[in-house]
Amino acid sequence: MDTIIVGIKRVVDYNVRVRVKPDGSGMATEGLKMSINPFDEIALEAALRLKESGAFLHVVLVAIGPVETEQQLRAGLAMGADRAIRVDAPVAPEPLTVARALHAVAAREQAGLVLLGKQAVDDDHGQTGQMLAALWDRPQATFASAIAVAGNVATVTREIDAGLETLEVDLPAVVTTDLRLNQPRYVKLPEILKAKSKPLAVYRLAELGVEPRRQFTVHAFTAPPVRGGGVRVKDVAELVTVLDARGVLQ
Amino acid sequence: MSRVLVIAEHDGSRLDPATAKCVRCALDLKPEALVVAVLAHGGGTVASQAARLAGVTEVMLVDAEHNAAPLAAVLAPQLASLAAGFSHLLGPSSTFGKDLLPRVAALLGVGQISDVLAVLGPHRFRRPVHAGNAVVTVDADPERLVVATVRLASYSGVAEGPLAPVQARALDVALPSHTRLVARQAGGGARPDLMTARRVVSGGRALGSAEGFQLVAELADVLGAALGASRAAVDSGFVANELQVGQTGKIIAPELYIAVGISGAIQHLTGIKDARTIVAINKDPDAPIFEIADIGLVADLFKAVPELIGALRARAR
Repeated sequence: MDTIIVGIKRVVDYNVRVRVKPDGSGMATEGLKMSINPFDEIALEAALRLKESGAFLHVVLVAIGPVETEQQLRAGLAMGADRAIRVDAPVAPEPLTVARALHAVAAREQAGLVLLGKQAVDDDHGQTGQMLAALWDRPQATFASAIAVAGNVATVTREIDAGLETLEVDLPAVVTTDLRLNQPRYVKLPEILKAKSKPLAVYRLAELGVEPRRQFTVHAFTAPPVRGGGVRVKDVAELVTVLDARGVLQ
Repeated sequence: MSRVLVIAEHDGSRLDPATAKCVRCALDLKPEALVVAVLAHGGGTVASQAARLAGVTEVMLVDAEHNAAPLAAVLAPQLASLAAGFSHLLGPSSTFGKDLLPRVAALLGVGQISDVLAVLGPHRFRRPVHAGNAVVTVDADPERLVVATVRLASYSGVAEGPLAPVQARALDVALPSHTRLVARQAGGGARPDLMTARRVVSGGRALGSAEGFQLVAELADVLGAALGASRAAVDSGFVANELQVGQTGKIIAPELYIAVGISGAIQHLTGIKDARTIVAINKDPDAPIFEIADIGLVADLFKAVPELIGALRARAR
């Protein structure tokens, strides 16, 4: 119960615009800058702050993916995590497979809290945290904008469509992070060097008893339809005239 | 033939319009049975609203005190139990559905298709990825239950139809006590709901402050519109989080969208590109918002917006 697990996903950097491959077989990601999924970075920052507050003792990163994923794990170790685990898997396992792997690791580590981003900015599924909570039979608090831990209870503020909601959950629990939870820290050079010697273990999915079975086939990637060219109006009077002509002020 | 179960979203007394949109999506599956599940406490009113949605063949009402708050950990085992015998389980891609459906899917040992924007067949769907920079086709294993959330901006709600029967169901399912609702703070107010409003006026960082944002609110009120905001405006503390429009906020499809002082980051454009008419008012002629705007006005918003408010008020008289 002294350990926080943070899920880390390797994605194309948030600031890079990804395009569809001409043959529609996928996204053209080759040679693009890769980073930690921004929501996962927020989850890691939250974990580090909880450790600094004394609520937990260890922060362990877990990523599910091929060997390149270790770059993002090293980046997370440089931010301040204690150690990392990579579960070897081909690119883009389905969220249920990721949740099963995380469940196995959370049980092995006797985690008190699992912090995940609310969604990955590449496939935008937004499922893994909730699935993990179901498999683990533990509470979930999604879209968190504030987390406080006292003893064996976490109080989490969630950003929901209607406003804000506060939940109290018994630990261990799964919390997924929203944008406004925190501002992740910058990494200093000495930490990057130090991160190189932090422990990084590699597991195979089979070792964790997880079968990477696929339920879905994804194909026919297309660029979204482009909106037709608009008009520029010179002033407010013309704007009102054009809006009127379109009938949208009725 | 498909048998579709739709989970109703509601606040205890009123069915959310998201449910009628999920029913619209469900009809594309050409279902022989289209059942709406209402999990509520004192949910008779909500159930009868659901029973009136065109195309619904039955409403299952699970009325119990533990369903007073929509806690995913409590609702999920009940919904998993109700889903037996169905080929599809659909819910809205609102924070309610996004929280609940993956938990149900995992309990049933299946995956989920998030944000369905088109149904191509009973096991073939279209959905957006990469902040809407691409749309993909997903083929689901036909041997297994399909769990999916419905992208609300892609569907209009069904109209009212003949009254479907309401069946009260009592479930014998073990429920956890590890999750408790402490408080809910609704932002809201008198303005229309952002998700379903016909008109939306949004402001960005250029408004400069919470006081400055009042100008956008005034324009919204003159138009009877809902109020929205860019992520930058929410992050700057001008308005509450629930007003954020975009990839990680709300994805909307109003008839009229007016973006005031919003430059148009891709994350924001993702949330508005299904709007029928997009108007942008921005002083930077190169702002990306103009690339998707139907009507663009390059102007200082602090001059143009009061002028627009004046012109609209004059018309109304």
